[in-house]
Amino acid sequence: MTFVSDAPKENFRLGMLIYDTRYRSLTIQVVVLVLFLLFLSWLVNNTIANLEAKDRTFDFGFLLNRAGYDINQRLVDYTNDSSHLRAGFIGLLNTLLAALVGCTIATVLGVFIGVLRLSKNWLVSRLMTVYVEVFRNVPVLLWILLAATILSETAPQPKDFRSTPEMEAAGEAPKASMLFGIIAVTNRGTVIPEPKFCLGREREACHTESLQPGSPEGGLGVIDLGIFKVSLNLLALLAVFGGSIFVNRRLVRQANATQEATGERPVIWWKSLAILTVPSMILLWVLGLHWVVPELKGFNFVGGINVAHSFTALTLALALYTAAFIAEIVRAGIQAISRGQSEAAAALGLRPGRTMNLVILPQALRVIIPPLISQYLNLTKNTSLAIAVSYMDLRGTLGGVTLNQTGKELECMLLMMGIYLTISLIISALMNMFNRAVRLKER
Amino acid sequence: MTNFTPFVRSEMIDPREPPSGQQGLVRWARENLFSSPANSVLTVLGGLAILWLLMGIVPWLMHSVWNAASLSECNAIIAQTWGPDATGACWAMVRERWHQYTYGFYPMDQYWRPNLAFVLMLVALAPVLFLSLPRKMMLFSLSFPFIAYWLLWGGTIWAPIVVALGFGVMALVFRFASPKLGVPVGAGVGLLAAAAWWLLVQTPLSTALHSAIPLGLREVDSDQFGGFLLSIVIGITAISASLPLGILLALGRQSDMLLVKSLSVGFIEFIRGVPLITLLFTASLLLQYFLPPETNFDIILRVIILVTLFAAAYIAEVIRGGLAALPRGQYEAADALGLDYWQAQRLIIMPQALKISIPGIVSSFIGLFKDTTLVAFVGLMDPLKGITAVVRADINWKGIYWEPYIFAGAIFFLICFGMSRYSMWLERKLKTDHR
Repeated sequence: MTFVSDAPKENFRLGMLIYDTRYRSLTIQVVVLVLFLLFLSWLVNNTIANLEAKDRTFDFGFLLNRAGYDINQRLVDYTNDSSHLRAGFIGLLNTLLAALVGCTIATVLGVFIGVLRLSKNWLVSRLMTVYVEVFRNVPVLLWILLAATILSETAPQPKDFRSTPEMEAAGEAPKASMLFGIIAVTNRGTVIPEPKFCLGREREACHTESLQPGSPEGGLGVIDLGIFKVSLNLLALLAVFGGSIFVNRRLVRQANATQEATGERPVIWWKSLAILTVPSMILLWVLGLHWVVPELKGFNFVGGINVAHSFTALTLALALYTAAFIAEIVRAGIQAISRGQSEAAAALGLRPGRTMNLVILPQALRVIIPPLISQYLNLTKNTSLAIAVSYMDLRGTLGGVTLNQTGKELECMLLMMGIYLTISLIISALMNMFNRAVRLKER
Repeated sequence: MTNFTPFVRSEMIDPREPPSGQQGLVRWARENLFSSPANSVLTVLGGLAILWLLMGIVPWLMHSVWNAASLSECNAIIAQTWGPDATGACWAMVRERWHQYTYGFYPMDQYWRPNLAFVLMLVALAPVLFLSLPRKMMLFSLSFPFIAYWLLWGGTIWAPIVVALGFGVMALVFRFASPKLGVPVGAGVGLLAAAAWWLLVQTPLSTALHSAIPLGLREVDSDQFGGFLLSIVIGITAISASLPLGILLALGRQSDMLLVKSLSVGFIEFIRGVPLITLLFTASLLLQYFLPPETNFDIILRVIILVTLFAAAYIAEVIRGGLAALPRGQYEAADALGLDYWQAQRLIIMPQALKISIPGIVSSFIGLFKDTTLVAFVGLMDPLKGITAVVRADINWKGIYWEPYIFAGAIFFLICFGMSRYSMWLERKLKTDHR
C-alpha cells in the first residue's frame, strides 16, 4: 500500500522570482524600494549640488532674523522689528481666521440654500438651483477678484461720510452713510465697532477714555503668554459660556430621563435659554462691555476695528463659492434618506418639525459629514488664493515676502507645505472623530 | 298598471370643468407658489429678489456699447444716448481684446495653428466621448497630442514623431515581454526601453532627419501662450494624463503589497494636504533645485506636470470610492474564472468601478479646469487674472471690471456646465440596473 506523499519540495530557482506568484510581489516590492531610494537620493544629490552651485546653505536660522516688513492685518502683536518666524505665525493666524470665518458663513449659507432647493416652492427652488450652478461652474478666483474689485472701486471714500454745515443748510445728506449706523464701508477697508470693557471704574470716564485710539481693552486686561497676548475678558466669557453649556446638557439629560420614565416631556426650553444666556449677560454687564463705534475724524475713521478689504473679499468669495458645494451636499444627504423614513415618522404621529429633527437630520448628517469635511479642507486650502488680493496669509508672509527677502526658497516652501499639511491632517482628524461620534452604531 | 319607460342613460356624462381656482395657471400657482403662508412669503421674497436683480441688470445690458476705443468714450456714448445717469455695459472692450482672451500673445499671423489644433481636438475627443463612433478613430486620438504639440509650439516636425516612436518602442517591448514576464515587469522593461530610446536615440535621430528633410513651423515661445488657449492646453493635457495616473494610484492604494500601498497613500495624502498654489510655486521655484544643474525646461510643461499630479491624487480617491462600492463577489467571481490580476481589473473591476465614479471623476475634471486659472500666479497669462490685468492696465480700459470678469466667467461657465451635463448623460446611458 502506498501513501500519496506531499508534492516533492521544489528547489528554489531564480526564475521563480518573476514567474511564481508567491514570490513575484516580493520581487516587485524590492524593485520599487530600490527605485524609490534611487529617486530620493537623486533628488537629494541634485539639491545639494544646486545649493552648492548657488553658494547657499540649507538652514532655518534666518527665521530668527528681523523681518523688516509690515503686515496690515494681524490678530496679535507684530512690528517690522519682529522675526520672520513671528511674521509666519501672523500669517498662519490670518489663514486660520479666514478659514474659520469662511467655513462658518459657508455652512450656514449652504445648509439654508440646500434646504430651500428642496422646497416645494417652484420659484425659490429654481432660484437656488441657479445660484448653485452659477457659483459652482465658475473659478473661485473670479469671485475673489470680483469681490475685491467691487469693494475697492465702488466703496466711498471716508470724506464722503462727512456732513458739512453747508450741506446741512441745503438739506443734503452726505454721499455715503454707515450700515446700521455702526459699520463704515470705505475704500480703505470696513470699520466695525470694537468691544471695550470697564471693570470697577466710573463708567463715564472709562467710556471717554476708551474712545482714544490705542487705549487698552480694559476689564480684566490681557495676559501675556510669551508668544502672544490673550484677552482675559474673552477667556472669562468662554469659561462662563462653557459652564452654561455643561449645565444645559445636564438639564436636557434630566428631561430625557423624565421622559423615558413617565412618557411626559417636561417643558424646558425657557430654562435652557435662561441658562445659556443669563450668566454670560451678567458677566458682560459686570465687565462693563460697551462698543466703540467708528467715528469720522479728519480724513479717516477713528475707533473701531479696521477690517481690510482683502480679508472681506477673500472670505466672502470663498464662503459664497463653497456654500454652493455644501448646498449640493446637504440636498443629496436629505434626499438619500428614503421616503419610507418620513412616512414612518408620520405614521408614529410626529409633527413635520419633529420628523426633521428626530428622524431625517440625524440620518442625513451621517451622509453629509464626510463630504462636508472635504469641503472645509478645500476652503482652508483655497485661502492660499489670498495672493490674488494681497491678504497677508501664510503664503503672503512666509511664502511671499520672507521668501523673496531672504531667498531661502527651499526652506520657506518646505516649511509652508509642512504647515498646510499639518492643518489639513488636524482638520480631517478632528472631523473624523466627530464623524465617528455620529456614525450608525451597529452591533 | 301605469306605463312608464325606465330611463337608462346610454352615454357617459362628460366630467364637469374643475372650479376656476383648480385649473390652469391658477392651480399651478396655488400648488407651487402659494401652498402655505410661509411659501407665499418665500415666493414674494424670491420675486422681489429677482425684480431687484433684473432692475439692475436689464438696463445695464440694454445700454450696451460695442463700438468705442476706450472706457471714457463708452461712458460718453452712454451718457449721450440714454441720459447722464444711465449705466451701461462697455462690450467694446471685448470686441477690441477678444483675441487676447482667446490666444494670449500668440503671433497674430499664426492664429490658424491653434484654430486647427482646436478643431482636431474636437475630432480626437469625439470617439472618447461618444462610444457609438467607430473605434478606429481612437488611433487619431492617440496621435493627436503629438500633432497638437507640433502645431502649437512649432519647430521641426521630426521631434514629436521621434518621441511618438519611443511610445511605439514601449508598446512593442511590452507586447513581447508581458506574456512571459507578467504585466508589471513587462511594463517596467518597456519603460526602460522607451527611456533608452528618448535619452540616446531621440536627439541624434530627429536632428539627422531634420537635416535630411527640413519640415517645420515657426517656433512659438511658451510665454506667448495665454488666454483660453493656455487654459485649454493645460486643462486637456492634465485631464487626459491624470485619469490613467489616478487609476494606477487607486490600485496602488488597494494593493496587498505593503510598500506600494504606503507609497501611494503617502503621495495621495501629501498632494491632497497642500494647496495647488504651493505646488505651482514648487514648479516655478523649487524644481530648479531638484533637477540636475543646468536643466531648464518649459514652464508650461512644468505646470502641466504638477497640475496632473494634483488632479491624479484627487481622482485616485474618487476611484477608490468606486472600488470600495463594488461587492466582494465581483473580485471572487473574477478569481473563480481564473483571470489574473490585470485581466480581472481590465475586464471586471475597472469597468464597473469607473462607471460608479463617473460623477466624481467629472467633477474633479471640472475642478481641474477651473484651477488652471491659478497659473496666473506663476507668471502665465490665464484669461481671468493675467489677461484681465493686462486689459485693466491699459490706460484706455482702466477702471473696467464687470465686463472682463463677466466675459471670462461666462466662457468658464459654459465649458464647466457642459462637462457636468455630459457626465449626467453618460451616467444615464451607462445605467444597467432596473431602478
